[in-house]
Amino acid sequence: MIRVQGLRCGYGASDVLRDVDLEIPEGGMIGVLGPNGSGKTTLLHVLCGILAPWEGRVWVEGCDLRTTSIRWRAQRMASVAQRPAVTFPFRCLSVVLMGRYPHLSRWGGYTAQDLDAAMGAMEQTGTLALAERLITEVSGGEAQRVAIARALAQDPSILLLDEATSSLDVARKIQVFDLLAQKNREQGTTIVCAMHDLNLAALYCDRLIFLKDGGIALDGTTYALFTSENLSAIYETPVMVSKHPVTMDPQAHFVPGRPDRPSTVGIHRHGPKRRDG
Amino acid sequence: MDRPMRPDPDSLDRALVRRGEERAVRRFALLLGTLAGVAILSAFAASLFGRIDIPAADVARALLTGFGWEGTPPVEEMWRVVVFDIRFSRIALSMLVGLSLALAGAVFQGILRNPLADPFTIGVSTGAAFGASLALFLGLGARPLLGVGLLPAAALGGALAALFAVIALGRIEGHLRRDTMILAGIVVATFLSALISLLKSLDEESVASIVFWVMGSLQGRGWSHVFFILPYLSAGVAVIWLYARELDILAMGDLQAVQVGVDLERVRLVLLIGASLLTAAAVAVSGVIGFVGLIVPHLVRMTAGAEHRRLLPLSALLGAIVLLWSDVLARTLLPGGEELPVGVVTALLGGPFFCVLLKRHKRGTGL
Repeated sequence: MIRVQGLRCGYGASDVLRDVDLEIPEGGMIGVLGPNGSGKTTLLHVLCGILAPWEGRVWVEGCDLRTTSIRWRAQRMASVAQRPAVTFPFRCLSVVLMGRYPHLSRWGGYTAQDLDAAMGAMEQTGTLALAERLITEVSGGEAQRVAIARALAQDPSILLLDEATSSLDVARKIQVFDLLAQKNREQGTTIVCAMHDLNLAALYCDRLIFLKDGGIALDGTTYALFTSENLSAIYETPVMVSKHPVTMDPQAHFVPGRPDRPSTVGIHRHGPKRRDG
Repeated sequence: MDRPMRPDPDSLDRALVRRGEERAVRRFALLLGTLAGVAILSAFAASLFGRIDIPAADVARALLTGFGWEGTPPVEEMWRVVVFDIRFSRIALSMLVGLSLALAGAVFQGILRNPLADPFTIGVSTGAAFGASLALFLGLGARPLLGVGLLPAAALGGALAALFAVIALGRIEGHLRRDTMILAGIVVATFLSALISLLKSLDEESVASIVFWVMGSLQGRGWSHVFFILPYLSAGVAVIWLYARELDILAMGDLQAVQVGVDLERVRLVLLIGASLLTAAAVAVSGVIGFVGLIVPHLVRMTAGAEHRRLLPLSALLGAIVLLWSDVLARTLLPGGEELPVGVVTALLGGPFFCVLLKRHKRGTGL
């Protein structure tokens, strides 16, 4: 469980987040949404303890984050960044093994158990076949999945993802989120993901937090919040919402800003569009 | 660690990965053994080269006597002195210096996440050069201290002073950052180079000795120098080895390193001090010897991968071998007993070699 109270923080002299109050229950699967620069990444950085709040406090599992050690936090929370940055030619297996770091003793090396955990995480993310490949030589999407495997190998109870699937193709995105949903369901892992893909968020997250201009604009269940009015207001662009044909989850549709088209287009426009000029 | 969702724990893929791991370990052991063997053989082979021709059998006996081996037939005292005290001590020192430079290079490349970094990037060596130049300028170079003269001590002091200047300058709001550290290093190095030039222009007489020292040489060094740097060197090696795994994780970037639980500020500072100690020790007794710290970690990374638990020991051995033979070239290349500065030899060999590496691995990894 994560609790944020009266949070204000930022970089340099300007604050990015103001007056943020938040409670994330254990076992939640939460999407953090909002336009560019709304503070999604900053919020995740505060939650994982990288960025110290200027004002307010953050508790994780009942402990004030200020009183916890880096190792304590890493044992409970794992993060996947937007872009994995690896400078040197490490094998992918070594990268995933790095996730075991907070569980190692100072003097000991990786044990058979650590290797098992790493290989398990790689199996789950479909990266085991890359084990001996160099991280500098795999594709961006593969590197991203290796980063996710590293986070899973960390064996966290809270998983923070910052646009972690943005460089994956549609099928991989669904695979990764299926896996996250499964972790969430079966092991009670709390999952917080900052994302731009509204529809992916609607498909997988039971709760959404919309940030705008450094504050929480909306916070509630996906069904209550995912409406045409809310999304249009947050993103300041016309958004239509319909039901997913299979899961019945709400899905957003954006309307291209063409002058020859009225701004309220029928919601259920299906089939290939014909554009004859 | 029980994951109910995990499939059969020893699937075909896992067995393959395990076998791959074992292969990697065997490969590392083989490389390590080979390099260690080459290093030992080289140390003995290099004792054969010198101004005086001494038969190989006598060299071997002189060495054994030097090591305190009683069982050999007695060897002429002069030959023992020449082979053991003059040649072999210099060989040992060149290997220690090569080891230090290669290790320090690997660590600086890791901390700065820059494959082009080397022990001289952040100005530690320029600090040492300035300390030595100042001692030479003041005519204190030969003043005895700790059995080696004031020069190495002055160089060591200069190196440590430069390190602390870089750390002080590179801290912004209490954080030691990679980019500010490099900038601070360049500023400190440039400033100190200017001071060295100033010293040179102020005193014509000391120019030659300053220039020769800055180019790097092992001429006339012996056991006392070995013992002088040994404490700093051991401390540096110990620190670096303890933090080798953290060095791996630093390569993922600051953010990720903290997120997997690395105390970034502390680890970086400790590693920086460890690598600087090695650099300072090396520069203090040998002057500025370039390219070893840049190229050796590169070569090893290309053949044995980037994992520091493997990269560091292999780099240390290769660095020792490279500098040993560079020094043999430096002292035997010119006819008539004249010596080249070994820094010139490593630069002459290293420059073209580095170009070849660049060409061949343009698209490749790490560079």
